[in-house]
Amino acid sequence: MSSQGQRVALRLEGVTVEFDDTVALENVNLEVRQGETCVIQGAAGSGKTVLLKTALGLIRPDAGRVELFGLDAGKLRRRELEELRARMGILFQEGGLFDSMTIEENVAYPLLNQKSVKCAPEEVLPRVKEALEFVELGHTLEKVPSELSGGMRRRVGIARAIVTQPELLLYDSPTAGLDPITANTIMALIAKEREIRQTTTLLATHRYQDGYLLANYRYNGATGQLEAVSNGTGLRTRFLILDRGRLVFEGSQRELEESRDEYVSKFTKALKQ
Amino acid sequence: MLDFLKGPILNVQNFFLLSGRAIVNIFRSPHYADDIALQMDIIGVGSLPLILLTGLFTGGVITLQMSRALNQYGASGQVGNIVAITLVRELGPVLTALLVAGRNASGMASELGSMKVTEQIDAMRALGTDPAKKLVTPRLIATATMLPVLTVISDFMGLVGGYIVGCVMLSLTTPTQFWSSAYQALDYSDIAQGLIKPLTFAFVIALVGCHYGMETTGGTQGVGRATTRAVVVSSVWVIVLTFFIGNFFVNLN
Ligand SMILES: Nc1ncnc2c1ncn2[C@@H]1O[C@H](COP(=O)(O)OP(=O)(O)OP(=O)(O)O)[C@@H](O)[C@H]1O
Ligand SMILES: [Mg+2]
Repeated sequence: MSSQGQRVALRLEGVTVEFDDTVALENVNLEVRQGETCVIQGAAGSGKTVLLKTALGLIRPDAGRVELFGLDAGKLRRRELEELRARMGILFQEGGLFDSMTIEENVAYPLLNQKSVKCAPEEVLPRVKEALEFVELGHTLEKVPSELSGGMRRRVGIARAIVTQPELLLYDSPTAGLDPITANTIMALIAKEREIRQTTTLLATHRYQDGYLLANYRYNGATGQLEAVSNGTGLRTRFLILDRGRLVFEGSQRELEESRDEYVSKFTKALKQ
Repeated sequence: MLDFLKGPILNVQNFFLLSGRAIVNIFRSPHYADDIALQMDIIGVGSLPLILLTGLFTGGVITLQMSRALNQYGASGQVGNIVAITLVRELGPVLTALLVAGRNASGMASELGSMKVTEQIDAMRALGTDPAKKLVTPRLIATATMLPVLTVISDFMGLVGGYIVGCVMLSLTTPTQFWSSAYQALDYSDIAQGLIKPLTFAFVIALVGCHYGMETTGGTQGVGRATTRAVVVSSVWVIVLTFFIGNFFVNLN
C-alpha cells in the first residue's frame, strides 16, 4: 500500500473559476493522494461545491489545470474524461437523484450508462441490491425519491456513488440540513466505505464534527460500529479551509485546532465548547 | 467597455452550442426511444383538447368578422376561401405554436430547470450521459413531429368552425360551396408554408425551452424566471419568424 500511497488521485494547480462577476475559486492548489482523506471546510458560498465539480470535470476552470489520476483533464477528449469519471463517485449536495426514476433505476444508472464500467446485465440487480444493503435501504428498490425522507435520499445518493466501486469518492456536504442523529448515520457510512474499500475520500462540509469523525474514528467490521482510534495519524486525514474561493489553510487536525487565524478557528469552535 | 453585451452574447452562444449538439444527436445513437415517445405523448396528445377547442373557435370568429365585410361586397360565397387562406397560411401555425409554446416551452424550461437546480443534470453528466442527447434531442424530435400534426388538426377544426358559423348559423353559403371554395383557395405553396412554419416553430419552442431550463441558476426562484423567459422568448420568435417566412413565400410567388 505504501507505493500506492504515493500516487496522486487528484491534483488542482492554480485553478481559478469565475462566474459572471463572482470568483468562485481563486488560484487553488490541492493534491489528494491515493488512500488519503481530505476534508474541505468553508462557509456557505466559499466554493466547496464548485471545487468538487471542477475536480470531476463538470466545470472547466478558467485558469489552471486539473489532473485526474495523473492525466490532465483539460487535454482529454470527452470519451477519455468519461472513463476517468467512471473511476470516481460523487454524492451531490442537492442529491441529484433522478426523480422520474425508481431507486433501483437510480442506483443502476451508472452501471448501465458509464461505458467503461463493465457490468453484465444479470450482474446489475445484485450490485444495485448490494449497494443499497450497504446503506441499509435494501427494501426501497421500487420506491421513487420523493417517497423517501431527506436522510434516506442522501443514503441512496451514497449507494449510487459507490455502486461502481470508484477509487475516489467526492462527498458534497453530506450532512447539510440533517438532524444530528441522521448526520452521524451518514458519516458512519462514509467511514465504513473508506474502511472497507480503502477509497480515497474528498469531503466538503461546514461541520467540523464530520471531519473530526473521519480523522479519529474507524469502522470496525466485527462490531459494525465506529470506534475511536487513539492517535488519528493512521487515518491519513487532512483538513483544508476555503474562504471566498481561496484555500486559506491546509494541515492536520492538530494544526487546525492550534490555528490562531480568526476565520480558520471558527471551524473548530463548534466542537471545543 | 462592452461589458453589458457579454451576458447576452454568451447566452446566444450557449443557445447555439446546445442547439448544435441537440441537432447533431438526432442522427447519432443511442436514441432514447422511451423519452421520445413520452415527450410525444406530453406534447401531442396533451395539447390536443386545447388545439381542438381553439381551432374551432378561431375559424368561427374569423367567419363571424368576415361575414359583414363579405356581405358588403356581395361576396359572402367566398367565406370558405377566406377562412382557408387565413387559417392555413397564418393563424393555424401561429396560434398552435403560441399555445404549444405556452404549454410546452414552459414545461420544458421548468422541468429541466428543476433538474438543473437539484443537480440532476450534473449527475447525468457525471454518470456518463450527455444531457443534450438524453433530454434535449427527444424533446426536439417530439416537438418537430407533433407540432405540424397539431397544426393540421387546428387548421381542419378552424374550417369546421367556419362551416358551423358560415353555413349553419349565418347561412352565408351552401355547404358544398363552402368546402369547395376552401379547397380551391389553397395551392401547394400554401400547404408548404403551412408545414414549414410549424417545423421551424418546433425547433424554436423546443430549443428555447430547453436552453432556458439548462441555464437555470438560483434555486426554485430561478426555475420560475427560466419558465417565464422561455415562454416570452419563444413566443416572440414565433411571431417574428412567421413574418419572415410569410415574406419569403410572398416574394416567391
Ligand atoms: N452556476 C453558477 N453561476 C454563477 N455563480 C455560481 C454558480 N455556481 C456557484 N456560483 C457562485 O460561486 C460561489 C461558490 O459557490 P458554491 O456553491 O461552491 O459554495 P459552497 O461552498 O458549496 O456553499 P454551500 O455551503 O452553501 O453549499 C458562490 O458565490 C456562488 O454564488
Ligand atoms: Mg455547496
